[in-house]
Amino acid sequence: MLRYFLARLATFVPTFLGVTLISFAFIRVLPGDPIIVMAGERGLSEERYQALRDQYGFNDPLLVQFWNYLTGVMQGDLGQSFVTKKPVWDEFFALFPATLELSICAIIIAILLGLPAGVIAAVYRGKLFDRALMSTALVGYSMPIFWWALLLIIVFSGNLGWTPVSGRIDLLYYFDNVTGFMLIDSALSGQDGAFWSAIRHLILPSIVLATIPLAVIARQTRSAMLEVLSEDYIRTARAKGLPPARVNGLHALRNAMIPVITVIGLSVGTLLAGAILTETIFSWPGIGKWMVDSIFRRDYPVVQGGLLLIAVLVMLVNLTVDLLYGLINPKIRKR
Amino acid sequence: MKIKHLMATCGMLGLLAGAASAQTLVYCSEGSPEGFDPSLYTSGTTFDASSHPIYNRLVEFKTGTTEVVPGLAESWDVSEDGKTVTFNLRKGVKFHSNDQFTPGRDFNADDVIFSFERQGEESNPYFDYAGSYEYFNAMSMPDLIESVEKVDDYTVKFNLTRPEAPFLANLAMDFASIQSKEYADAMQEAGTPEMLNQAPIGTGPFTFVAYQKDAVIRYAKNADYWKEGLPKVDNLVFAITPDASVRYQKLNAGECHVMPYPNPADVDAMKADENINVLEQEGLNVGYLAYNTTMAPFDNPKVRKALNMAIDKQAIIDVVFQGSGQIAKNPIPPTMWSYNDAVEDDAYDPEAAKAMLEEAGVSDLSMKIWAMPVQRPYNPNARRMAELMQEDFSKIGVDVEIVSYEWGEYLERSKEMDRDGAVLLGWTGDNGDPDNFLAVLLGCDAVGGSNRAQWCHEPFDEVVQKAKVISDQAERTKLYEEAQVIFKEQAPWATIAHSVVFMPVRPEVENYVVHPLGGHIFTEVGLAE
Repeated sequence: MLRYFLARLATFVPTFLGVTLISFAFIRVLPGDPIIVMAGERGLSEERYQALRDQYGFNDPLLVQFWNYLTGVMQGDLGQSFVTKKPVWDEFFALFPATLELSICAIIIAILLGLPAGVIAAVYRGKLFDRALMSTALVGYSMPIFWWALLLIIVFSGNLGWTPVSGRIDLLYYFDNVTGFMLIDSALSGQDGAFWSAIRHLILPSIVLATIPLAVIARQTRSAMLEVLSEDYIRTARAKGLPPARVNGLHALRNAMIPVITVIGLSVGTLLAGAILTETIFSWPGIGKWMVDSIFRRDYPVVQGGLLLIAVLVMLVNLTVDLLYGLINPKIRKR
Repeated sequence: MKIKHLMATCGMLGLLAGAASAQTLVYCSEGSPEGFDPSLYTSGTTFDASSHPIYNRLVEFKTGTTEVVPGLAESWDVSEDGKTVTFNLRKGVKFHSNDQFTPGRDFNADDVIFSFERQGEESNPYFDYAGSYEYFNAMSMPDLIESVEKVDDYTVKFNLTRPEAPFLANLAMDFASIQSKEYADAMQEAGTPEMLNQAPIGTGPFTFVAYQKDAVIRYAKNADYWKEGLPKVDNLVFAITPDASVRYQKLNAGECHVMPYPNPADVDAMKADENINVLEQEGLNVGYLAYNTTMAPFDNPKVRKALNMAIDKQAIIDVVFQGSGQIAKNPIPPTMWSYNDAVEDDAYDPEAAKAMLEEAGVSDLSMKIWAMPVQRPYNPNARRMAELMQEDFSKIGVDVEIVSYEWGEYLERSKEMDRDGAVLLGWTGDNGDPDNFLAVLLGCDAVGGSNRAQWCHEPFDEVVQKAKVISDQAERTKLYEEAQVIFKEQAPWATIAHSVVFMPVRPEVENYVVHPLGGHIFTEVGLAE
């Protein structure tokens, strides 16, 4: 198992370097000079322009700029935002807990609903439930997030008044950020109703963000289960008289989990993409919105630093998924 | 969260402010501020969160107008040659305090000198502490201000290199907000100068309490504010809500009291809703199409005029602005003093336009129209606008190709002298002075820069330059009125539209005034019980 782990870890280094280069190159390939974008219609004089280019180091050759960036990254320095002048690192970690909290809630919803739904659909293949579920999943998968989010807001917040429209907590609650996770901080604050308010604010954005992964997980579970259910050992298990719940739940599901876990791991990328839209609609102060704003402002350090951190996170999740395979299926780690 | 519920239970914030029944005004702002030192930035979103609630200036714009009124200066004198302006400062004005700083003295001349020196003098430790002072530079302050002198603790003298009438209005702008020198020195000593931009200290109506990026900004009433009885509410909260439809839902659900920038398509529904009052005012801006007047055949005023007559502006207002705009006939908006209402717009008349082109000896004309890639209040959809013009021009036999570039590139390329095509662009006023439109956008000095028509017409330039150095407003008005007549005859632009700003507020909001310079100001706003 240790060798397997180290082998996986070794692939990390080249990927990391590649990501560093791509994140550096990506924003520079986009047309648009950050200084001119900042100046807008008002414009600025040639002297000012050159002075600012010098200040930001844009007059250095690209290789020098990349080298400076890379050495900074190695020392844990991702640079400062052009706009706010705060370290990228600080900004990222101030906003990231909000995205993480939302993503965790979304993935929990997706797994809790998606797995059983997929299993039931597989067991009752071709029946009404199966058909209804699979068409719903297809709709969920193809739903435009922006539209879906607005629809939920208009119905549940606007018309019914059940949930708040946007934000993370009622504005009347005001306490220090200890962990950055609103559910934990609100509970720690000891203020009456704060925790409940945080939960209410999480409901709609989590549902919206969970929609696509939920559909994907349900479909994937169903097809993996169908495959496993036709295997000989399942027939054997049934033949020796095991109760159906044990056959489906233990023997079949455990073997069907491998592709499902892959899909869950891959959904992390989807979640981050979905978070951009979800965060914008629900005024959720996370990294998705931060990245988009930075791209429009051509805030180079934030875009390259943010991309790098997100990529590292996705890599970590994939590493974890690889390790989980090993745990679930001993055959893999021996390969 | 319903506001009633908020008001009933908002004891906590109220106790902080020391009020018995605290009132909290919630503003659903459209974005996060870039920082809280207004001199470093140029965007309205940042000014709303910094210069208006937290700071004051020597002189201020009276809310709802472009009139300059006393601020931290009680009065001022302009010397006869117009090159010296002396300000008498207000006494007993207190700066805010926070965890790290408690002011040891009242506001005085040192604060004024510091606030300007840091933007102009490289030797000042705050000259580049967090970026550069773009607005100070864009308003040509480094060339204009020779020195700022302290006469005594409550008198400050600005020596200028030339007489300049708009100077006073410039000092009412956000970049001229007054900082505490004492605070700056303390932070410099502590090695944290960036606190000026992150934990702001000013003299304004509200003190800064906390900011969570992309989520919320909290302010509390400045109990020592120098204007008696203001501000009216105890707490001010900005709930940052980037999406316009969501802002509307929040206003509807009572989660905020005031929202800016509604979708034009929602305005009718808002007007019909008894829970929402829609305030409106013309914006201080203009959207235009600038011909390149150095290139044939657009160097001929007749050709430009003919094209102007071919544009159906009403259709543009209906389709592109969806009613949130009005036809522009002058290069300055109607809310600005010296607006010449006697000027007659070129009537929409494709037949006459066609004849005029023929008269000018132009046939088979094909041209380019540049469409901006971004939305602006003065032009919510440049692409659509260009398409409408393309259709209009085809009716008089002019073939149009629409081009566009990435925004930064668009701004740069459109300045080029030999640019091919007419450019859609616009301008939002900085200081309410006509010079800020007429000289900045149409003066000879601005050719190759913000004068996208590359139009240098001596009779016009002479009048505008003359008006710039006179301080008598009646005389200036006459000159600017004349300039607008010359502009119309020469037609370097097709003036298209001024936007109309809509501001939906809850019915309990009292005294909110739409500010023509674009800021959202809550000093005088109250909430009905």
